[in-house]
Amino acid sequence: MPRAWPGPYGQRAGVDRTDPPCILRPENGPVGPDRRAPPGLRLRGRARVGAQTLFGPLDLAVAPGRWTCLLGPSGVGKSTFLHLLAGIADGISFAGDLGAADGAPLAGRVALMAQADMLLPWLTARDNLLIGARLRGETPDTRAAEAMLERVGLSGMAARKPRALSGGQRQRVALARTLIEDRPVVLLDEPFSALDIATRVRMQDLAAALLRGRTILHVTHDPAEAARLGDHILLLTHRGLTELAPPRAPAPRPPDAPETLEATGALTRHLLACECQPAAAPSAEGLT
Amino acid sequence: MKALRPALPLLLGLVLWQGAVWLWQVPSFILPGPVRVAAALVDNAGLIAGHAAVTGLEVALGLGLGAVLGWLSAVALALSPAARGAIGPILVFTQAVPVFALAPILTLWFGYGLGSKVAMALLIIYFPVTSSFLDALLQTPAPWLAQARVMGGGGWRQMWYLRIPAALPGFLSGLKLAAVYAPIGAVIGEWVGASRGLGYLMLLANGRAKTDLMFAALVVLAVLAIALHRAVDHLAAAALRRRFG
Repeated sequence: MPRAWPGPYGQRAGVDRTDPPCILRPENGPVGPDRRAPPGLRLRGRARVGAQTLFGPLDLAVAPGRWTCLLGPSGVGKSTFLHLLAGIADGISFAGDLGAADGAPLAGRVALMAQADMLLPWLTARDNLLIGARLRGETPDTRAAEAMLERVGLSGMAARKPRALSGGQRQRVALARTLIEDRPVVLLDEPFSALDIATRVRMQDLAAALLRGRTILHVTHDPAEAARLGDHILLLTHRGLTELAPPRAPAPRPPDAPETLEATGALTRHLLACECQPAAAPSAEGLT
Repeated sequence: MKALRPALPLLLGLVLWQGAVWLWQVPSFILPGPVRVAAALVDNAGLIAGHAAVTGLEVALGLGLGAVLGWLSAVALALSPAARGAIGPILVFTQAVPVFALAPILTLWFGYGLGSKVAMALLIIYFPVTSSFLDALLQTPAPWLAQARVMGGGGWRQMWYLRIPAALPGFLSGLKLAAVYAPIGAVIGEWVGASRGLGYLMLLANGRAKTDLMFAALVVLAVLAIALHRAVDHLAAAALRRRFG
């Protein structure tokens, strides 16, 4: 039986991925959701830090196996969404309901890629890819790490430490690390916003090609990025969450195509419109 | 010329010292001039070298053991908040009690030989090593820890693969401090009760009004301490370069 979703997910270069005799596969009986299939995500509720409301009440739904861009100005709690879904939102009290739409726990099914590459400076590129396996006590697969570095265009750089790599190359390593984690859900927290425009476009293309098929929630404040990559585009402002129409062409769209530019313009206008509102003292009522 | 620049103030100091001794005709058992000290150093080279070797061994053992014990304690304390609460105050206590006050009892327990001096050096460096390494272990950058949590690693593996390597600079700065303190510990131990070592030699020379020998031993001790400090500094810098370069 073919998998319900397409894409490169699960196929590591140079490594034949044979499915284990998996008791979770649908034909083997109704034993609950397949933990390898990308689930949808939902987040319904409000988040606070102490007495201050970060966002909410909001209702966010992320389609399974699709690329959803969450666009919004700084300070509206976009990253908090990701931290809540990743289970690392320390000090934030969340009232409501969040997790995978299939009802199974999200822990172990999520990878996170952030603006800061978060590479460990004392490890080579190769070992930075293997840190997840080491932390979990699995046997690190050096060959797979090198193959993954090759896929992101860093062949021959496996032995370099982060200091010896450029910003764009470090973000490639971070992408390779996200890929080798091989999780059905990938949370992107402005991963390309610190890169120059050419590097950013190339990284977007690479990420789009390699991550397609997984459930992606991509937080960004760059309308051009959302217009290029989003299958779905959500706008988060102090007034709440709005779904906006993405361009009709399939992502990733060329950054200079008229349709992409037009969408970028439209998204920018939305952002400008919401910036006009006084951002101070958003009351709970005003956010619904 | 550049290499000589740090030596210039030292040279000037020596000249002033010798000048003062000549000018005021200070008796040599009160303050011998540098020339006389140098002569004593040469005359007693074998004697001083023998005692310096003993002190050097005490310092090296104290430093090594203190570094290992400090490392282990810091990791154990970092792993267990309960242990931090219980043992933290004791740790501060070891530093608050003047080591001079403990020297006699350590001599009683560990004897006149090497043991009590190593214990002394160890005691004096244990706190700086432990506390600076522990601080560093508790300050692993939050995004790295978050990433590790998302990846699904925890417990001792997170300690071994993430927090300990990330805390290396903290451990090394504790070690650099320890290199300065360790000779003090060993010499205090020798003062309180010993039959060998530079501290013992200084006390002996002082008692017999051989002030020039006392100063000669002091010079050797200072050179030893500075050399140790420099060596640890260089090793630490090399380790950091290797790790992060």
